[in-house]
Amino acid sequence: MSNQPRQAIHDSTAPSTDTRDSRMGEGVDDRFNSRLREAFGSTPFILTKFDKFMNWVRGSSMFMLQFGIACCSIEMMHTYAIKHDLDRFGAGVPRASPRQADVIIVPGTIVSKFGPRMKRVYDQMPEPKFVVGMGSCTISGGPFQEGYNVVKGAEEIIPVDIHVPGCPPRPEALIYGVAKLQERVANGETSPVVVKPYELEEFGDLPRDELIDKLAAEIDEEDLVMRYNWADSP
Amino acid sequence: MSTELERTVPVTEEAELERLVGDRALSTDDHKNAPAFVVRPDAVQDVLFDLRDEAGFDHLSCVTAQQYEDRYETIYHLKKYDDPTQEVSVVVPTSTDEPVSQTAEPVYRSADWGEREAFDLVGIDYEGHPDPRRILLPETWQGHPLDLSYDQDKPQLVTLAEHANPLQEDHRDAETDTMFLNIGPHHPATHGVLHVKTVLDGETVADVEPDIGYLHRCEEQMCEQGTYRHQIMPYPDRWDYTANMPNEWAYARAAEDLADLEVPDYAQVLRTMGCELSRMAGHFLALGTFALDVFGDFTAIFQYAFRDRELAQDILEDLTGQRMMYNYFRLGGVAWDVPEPREEFFEKTRDFLDGLPTKVEEYDDLLTGNEVFQIRCVDTGILEPEIAKQYGCTGPVARGSGIDYDLRRDDPYGYYPELEWDVVTEDGKDNYSRVLVRMQEVEQSAKIVEQCIDLLEEWPEDDREIQSNVPRTLKPDPGTETYKAVENAKGELGIYIRADGTDTPGRFKIRSPCFHNLSTLAEMSQGEYVPDLVASLGSLDVILGEVDR
Repeated sequence: MSNQPRQAIHDSTAPSTDTRDSRMGEGVDDRFNSRLREAFGSTPFILTKFDKFMNWVRGSSMFMLQFGIACCSIEMMHTYAIKHDLDRFGAGVPRASPRQADVIIVPGTIVSKFGPRMKRVYDQMPEPKFVVGMGSCTISGGPFQEGYNVVKGAEEIIPVDIHVPGCPPRPEALIYGVAKLQERVANGETSPVVVKPYELEEFGDLPRDELIDKLAAEIDEEDLVMRYNWADSP
Repeated sequence: MSTELERTVPVTEEAELERLVGDRALSTDDHKNAPAFVVRPDAVQDVLFDLRDEAGFDHLSCVTAQQYEDRYETIYHLKKYDDPTQEVSVVVPTSTDEPVSQTAEPVYRSADWGEREAFDLVGIDYEGHPDPRRILLPETWQGHPLDLSYDQDKPQLVTLAEHANPLQEDHRDAETDTMFLNIGPHHPATHGVLHVKTVLDGETVADVEPDIGYLHRCEEQMCEQGTYRHQIMPYPDRWDYTANMPNEWAYARAAEDLADLEVPDYAQVLRTMGCELSRMAGHFLALGTFALDVFGDFTAIFQYAFRDRELAQDILEDLTGQRMMYNYFRLGGVAWDVPEPREEFFEKTRDFLDGLPTKVEEYDDLLTGNEVFQIRCVDTGILEPEIAKQYGCTGPVARGSGIDYDLRRDDPYGYYPELEWDVVTEDGKDNYSRVLVRMQEVEQSAKIVEQCIDLLEEWPEDDREIQSNVPRTLKPDPGTETYKAVENAKGELGIYIRADGTDTPGRFKIRSPCFHNLSTLAEMSQGEYVPDLVASLGSLDVILGEVDR
């Protein structure tokens, strides 16, 4: 009969049924009791503050944004790859979308054209979010600090929690930086949000001066702009 | 030497060039690398057409623009693909008040981006240019930063415009709708911060425009501020940051030519070995990230490639003390000898080389022999050799299109002419060939490193000279100009230096291979699917640090 399951199909599900049966064992089903629970003894509860628990969870499972800028991103890839394997520390899942990421590692030189884009990517990440600045360029502009086009450090644009110095830092150094961040997150510390010189603004809100008048024909009032001022930044 | 190229290319004598350019030449100039003809701004195309069609200079290697006190100047550095030792420069001076010069774009397509860059950074206008826009700096930038009168302290505005209307009218036919798609600048498949403006017709690519400049960190300005002897050498490492050491050779070669410095043979062997190890590291990364682009996850091939890259980096770390930014070259030599105990270093390197054939087999099983991979790569991203030459492609991209061009053999430097190795070419012209070329180049590099190790091991102990006698402060004669190129992992990396009598260069121009390779993206991907566009981009192996400089 066509409405009866054929024997072959029936048999094919048998192995998984067998496995389930054998795992359930005799008596009461205790498949979900872990070793940890055994260790707790008769009272399978931990008393802790919810905030503290959440911070511990946050620090132990961090999703990194897959974000490459310059030379440091090569060392960052080495940190994710074998030998260094950041995943061992509960912080190594690179997410391609900022909407799924907790941590952004800023690996490289930020130039004026990329600044607003990076700000936009950062803004798209859900709270709470953390930033690791990798390399000298994200601290001060590094070897390119005197360049006419170079933003002198990531902190001009977004708040940074951990700075990892080096040009580029070794993977070990980045792992140390991430571990430090985890420590901070677990302790509930966050970096202060400072007022940043390169905030994005609507073009219409900028105070009128010679430069604005000159560009008024090219830029819409509502367009977001960054005012890049080489001389005034530190 | 098996690598000797049969010279069937007729050598164009300087006298013949003079006859060809004729009285269109206002005067001749004396560049250290090549004869230079000064021509009027409205005779550029005439002269270039003649040089291309009658003398066979089919490779516009570089467009250099600069400003003097009394004039602007554009220099077109021409070469021949068949014999890059034959060079000629065409110098086009324009007045300071009205810097307008005829475009060379109809003669060489690579002048398109070259002249856009010259306009962007120096401020020369090119009459008849099809697309006279800024290329590296934001559209709203005020002034031209390498112009002598540029004031760096003036504020600038950088816009972040909202996306254009995603449903745009079609270019070709008003009845169908096309979709505008931004890829990047933050995107996992663009290998950094490249922005590709794509217009899609259904799922096929109708138009592609790479938007670069998101990593323009003023490398030329930095090099113009540094002194020749020590302060410039750290920067080349940061141009092509996957295979760093060959870049140092580009600067070293140009500066040594400029100041007439000798390099001892022993140092040449060390340089050759270091560069080839670095090239291998770069190609491993290219392979890993290409697999990442095609398969889309951080799994097997990516990890295998990084395992091997780590091994190469370890050896280079032993040699230079750094994992990536080696800063190993010095003008007239290298920083230090092979580390003690030497036997240990040689053994470690030999172990790496001995393991390589098995690994290449592994890659063949995993990647190039993989049916899915072949379906994705064979016959996609076709780049015809004529088009590649027009755009100034070099390196594995050109060799994957069957262009037999490798400066290590054709314009020999270092210890390469004394060693046994082959130039790899494939004539598939597609993404697959470019990957094959890189994989085989890894084997050739291993061959070179092996011979270098043998040489270093047998080198008599009292003859291990790593550095020739170089004055502490180098001050080449004012007005000396040279343009020298080397083969780095991505292709022809050239440096133009003009000395102005001080200990820093008057003008420092970088000819980046990735910049020219990337400009072919539109040719390669029109009419293909979006995933093929991503695969083509991956197979070009562009490094944005070198594209934007």
